[in-house]
Amino acid sequence: MLSKRLIVCLDVRSGKLAKSVRFVDTKDIGDPVEKARQYYQDGIDELVLYDITASRENRDIIIELVEKVASQIFIPFSVGGGIRSVEDATKLRMAGAEKVNVNTAAVQRKELITEIAHAIGSQSTILSMDIRRVDKTRDIPSGYEIVINDGTTPTGIDALAWAKLGVELGAGELVVNSIDADGTKEGYELKLTRLIADSVGVPVIASGGAGKPEHLYEAFTEGHADGALVASITHYGEYTCRQLKEYLHKQGIKVRMNY
Amino acid sequence: MITIIDYYAGNIRSVERACSEIGVTSTVTSNPADIDNAERIIFPGVGAAPSAMESMKRTGLDIALKQAFDKGIPILGICLGAQIILDSSEEGNQDCLGLIPGKTVRFRIKDNLLKIPHTGWNEVTVVQPHPLLDSIKEGDEFYFVHSFYPQPAEKENIYAVSNHGNDFCSALGYKNLFATQFHPEKSGRLGLQLLKLFARWEGYIPAKPMASEEG
Repeated sequence: MLSKRLIVCLDVRSGKLAKSVRFVDTKDIGDPVEKARQYYQDGIDELVLYDITASRENRDIIIELVEKVASQIFIPFSVGGGIRSVEDATKLRMAGAEKVNVNTAAVQRKELITEIAHAIGSQSTILSMDIRRVDKTRDIPSGYEIVINDGTTPTGIDALAWAKLGVELGAGELVVNSIDADGTKEGYELKLTRLIADSVGVPVIASGGAGKPEHLYEAFTEGHADGALVASITHYGEYTCRQLKEYLHKQGIKVRMNY
Repeated sequence: MITIIDYYAGNIRSVERACSEIGVTSTVTSNPADIDNAERIIFPGVGAAPSAMESMKRTGLDIALKQAFDKGIPILGICLGAQIILDSSEEGNQDCLGLIPGKTVRFRIKDNLLKIPHTGWNEVTVVQPHPLLDSIKEGDEFYFVHSFYPQPAEKENIYAVSNHGNDFCSALGYKNLFATQFHPEKSGRLGLQLLKLFARWEGYIPAKPMASEEG
């Protein structure tokens, strides 16, 4: 039986680790390569590097960083932020990223998902979705809407419909990031996570809102998630990866304990 | 020195990096002549069986690998490299290398909470001893990402199993050839340990102890 995955997200800006609360005073807080190695040794199952600047000028910096991280950690890791073309995706993959995350660019041009899936395989193509709760309407029957440009631009697209379409187009994994829960530390958006996890045949990763170990437990049980993304809950030493895993293990969740 | 075969099926650099991490020199090649002189071979691969076999045949790597196997060179297949060593694959009904009898089959899962591809960390249970599995303890997990799995015809070629909806073979071997459906290069310390054992393996499987010798 598969273990539930604990995935850590490192936000990087110009090759440096940035404070993980997006938009708010993103100051640099250290060396991402060192941090990645620490997480690797502490038993994290997977790692995401998220390029928060995501500008053209930064592509070379992020590729160099991916190469450095790939030589330090021997677990799967993915990269997100600013991926707009097959070329971006293949370069990151060649540099050592196991998977790439697409988000805004895929909403703007959905063929991108298929193109990347053809080039590097569905299993390496992750569709990240930033989602906010809205009133149910004819256009948004699920009551959840896709937002882009790091949560700033509503699209009028129904999140559930987009998740299903994304999988049809070739995405091999979905990240469900709740804008409402993000940064609250009050727990993942369980209803949304479960709605999507129950509707697609690919793994679903819960993202946004983790503040304590119980939240991870809920994501895996009530939320039906295959993996859970953590950031601030572990970045500042509140909990270590091992502590989170020991908690989950004790609660009867299957997680990787031998590492 | 480990020779890593590059037959244009996915990213081989992670295998190269893992070798470097354990202090073993490696070289990457697509040239059949290099295979013939290899000390040890890693045969990785991600992707689809038909395109992989097409590229093996076009480059002559299919014949080179068979010859290397016949010569007794230790070979480690990984993921797709654990699938196309069998006779055939259900993926595109493809004829494969036939180094171990059997075929590669697709997961057929009824429980819709079990996702395909089988992606993530899963337990690997050793079902008969093998020098490359020596360090594996109960509950040890390795990283998988695949939709098909190898199904050797003979039980004696199955060395480890895992479960995803059903039990499936996650490590197989025959003589100097050993292969894992999981990715040792992406499986943390335990995966690196397996690669270390391979770097020292001479290609022999010690004879099974006689029943009377067992404790």
